[in-house]
Amino acid sequence: MAPEVKVFALSTCVHCKNAKEYLDQCGVKYDCVHVDQLTGQERKDTIEEVRKHNPSVSFPTLVIGDTVIIGYNKDKIDEALKK
Amino acid sequence: MNASELYDNLKKIQEPKGFYFNDDMSMTMQLLDSLLVNKSRLGYMACPCRLANGEFELDRDIVCPCTYREDDVKEYGACFCGLYVSKEWNEGTIEKQYVPERRPVENIL
Repeated sequence: MAPEVKVFALSTCVHCKNAKEYLDQCGVKYDCVHVDQLTGQERKDTIEEVRKHNPSVSFPTLVIGDTVIIGYNKDKIDEALKK
Repeated sequence: MNASELYDNLKKIQEPKGFYFNDDMSMTMQLLDSLLVNKSRLGYMACPCRLANGEFELDRDIVCPCTYREDDVKEYGACFCGLYVSKEWNEGTIEKQYVPERRPVENIL
């Protein structure tokens, strides 16, 4: 079964965009949250969720199954998708 | 101001200081566009690859060029978002590695 994929991104971030485009190219379905477009409690809760996966809360943070990938790295994405 | 004008203006100021625009122009122009988006959204050019708090005083460290650029370019050859790089980075004489986030997480509110 394909792993669940979640992308925490910023709408202005080119590395986030590249990561999403690569997932698109790979035909992977994913949920994407643009954290810079959230406000109030939703923003706080999402930052907390990102922090659990990536303590430095940097973007993009990709969660592929149980693998967390920080930054845009094709090789790591490929590896995580194969699991 | 559009991204090309921003490019020309900043190039004149930053290159003499040893900070060069990434020669991956597609990426550089997208980053400059995003700086202008942040300028219009926030009133200041916060790093497009970082989560801004939305108040200048709270984001002073990530207003481009950010506080972390100098150390990142010295250590990795590029700043966190990859807009500014060293001469060696563009010439390909150093390894292009991932630049980890240097901004303390406590600065995100």
